[in-house]
Amino acid sequence: MTKFRINGRSVEVDAEDDTPLLWVIRDVIGLTGTKFGCGIGMCGACTVHVGGRPTRSCITPVGNVTDADVMTIEGLDPQGRHPLQKAWIDLQVPQCGYCQSGQIMQAAVLLKDFPTPTDQDIDAVMAGNLCRCMTYVRIRNAIKQAAALLRKEAANG
Amino acid sequence: MAKRILITFVALGVVGTLSFAALAWKPAIAPIAPPVPGSFAPALVAKGEALAGGGHCADCHTIKGGQKFAGGYAMATPFGTIYSTNITPDPETGIGTWSEAAFARAVHEGVARDGSLLFPAFPYNHFTGLSDDDVKALYAYFMTRAPVRAVAPENTLPFPLNVRPLQAGWRLLFFRAGRFEPDTRKSAEWNRGAFLSEALSNCGGCHTPRNLLGAEKASSPYAGAMIDNWIAPPLTAANPAPAPWTQDELFNYLRKGVSVLHGSAAGPMASVVRGLAALPEQDVQALATYFADVDHASDRTASVDPVVGRATSNAPLDATGTGQHDADARLYTAACASCHYNSGQTPLAVRPHLGLNSALNLPEPNNFIQVVLRGVDARDGIPGVVMPSFDLGLSDVDIARIAAYLRRTRTKLPPWPDLESKVAAVRRSITASP
Repeated sequence: MTKFRINGRSVEVDAEDDTPLLWVIRDVIGLTGTKFGCGIGMCGACTVHVGGRPTRSCITPVGNVTDADVMTIEGLDPQGRHPLQKAWIDLQVPQCGYCQSGQIMQAAVLLKDFPTPTDQDIDAVMAGNLCRCMTYVRIRNAIKQAAALLRKEAANG
Repeated sequence: MAKRILITFVALGVVGTLSFAALAWKPAIAPIAPPVPGSFAPALVAKGEALAGGGHCADCHTIKGGQKFAGGYAMATPFGTIYSTNITPDPETGIGTWSEAAFARAVHEGVARDGSLLFPAFPYNHFTGLSDDDVKALYAYFMTRAPVRAVAPENTLPFPLNVRPLQAGWRLLFFRAGRFEPDTRKSAEWNRGAFLSEALSNCGGCHTPRNLLGAEKASSPYAGAMIDNWIAPPLTAANPAPAPWTQDELFNYLRKGVSVLHGSAAGPMASVVRGLAALPEQDVQALATYFADVDHASDRTASVDPVVGRATSNAPLDATGTGQHDADARLYTAACASCHYNSGQTPLAVRPHLGLNSALNLPEPNNFIQVVLRGVDARDGIPGVVMPSFDLGLSDVDIARIAAYLRRTRTKLPPWPDLESKVAAVRRSITASP
């Protein structure tokens, strides 16, 4: 049994300690916004937040998140209107869309750490999030647009 | 003449044997009916709880997923495997029938209630420094735990190492009983730190190298040692971390699980930090004060800014710049940079700066490999944050390449040799005993 919080609510799941967190999120808790990509932490599709940090849930054993705070794409914004999500829609970023939950979750923390990210910051931090449709240019633009929106929101209090 | 020599030898032999027997023979202390938990003052129990945390008793006396203090934890020593004992107050399998005098003798002198000599895997050589009041509090704490029926597996020490009376020889050579003696030339805080390190937390148990007979080398305190396939780094000025371990950095590491200029507490050290959480903050400050003196941090505080400056400004561009065509850099970026990439002049705890990380600067890659393979639990290091386990994701070759790349780009130290086989060896040891 592992207890942790997901998107603000407490859960207690009956799974072996070494079960990947991703399996628990999708199959036990039933939140399917987070995707299974490679299963070895090399593509970023399964990225969620643990303790506010981007984390590849496919290689994180559920036993390791005991008492931690997990956030998935479903919890990023109650209305799905996080500045990144707005920018994603505005710029029509996704093509097949499979990688976007991971991209957005990774980018959300990028913007916390680097409120004014340079191309180099974006390329380095996002390099582990693959997009087979090659929408990298639009991902980068959307991150910059969201960063501008966040800065505007901050300036307006 | 020959006869006289013979008689002398025989006499010496007899005297020697008798003296040895006298050293090896300790009387049993009569069993008692387990004391009623309510007979201990709550304040005393609370004090004992803090001491048991600082002494990280649970680390060795609890198995993974097992009942706290019920023993059975395997300690792989060069001599064989020793299993920790059940220290819950169960009368048959624990210490329920131990009087306070028996408990105090075990802690201070390493002698069990029945008079048998304990192996020094139990650090009585450190605990002998605990005050009588401390031992009283520890007794109150352990006797008020829920009794657990649990028998530890048999030790695998080969003959004659398993003969407990022979421990008398080891004790004669390496054990001096005695309470902690403060150094009057030092401050009260320093002495409290020294006491906590030397007596209670037995930091030297891991960080001091041992001789062939398994005793800590008195000549090299805190010089660093290998333990359970991890490196317990030197706590002296010989510590190879680029930034000195100052009082502040030590305090943050020991209290909050992370030092921005060094990294997170992981592996066996993570549970030490969890144990220290039971002690009041000023005790952890005292430990930090003591070790900042042991490692002469004050001689090197001027180096902090240049070291940090070098690490941040020389941060390699990895796969985004000159590293674009370097396959190792690309592997590192794909697997690690989402968290470990940094820009800017101020290192962030949440984006651990590998240019400052202790593990990359140690003479062997063990700690680096351990953390990559195991990841970091949410309870360890920065609370609530995890590092995933790359055990399944990265092959031995991949990890070796990332280790070599980081050593090459983040330090000026010589490359680690035989990386692939070292990754394989650490991986095997984790699989064998998780």
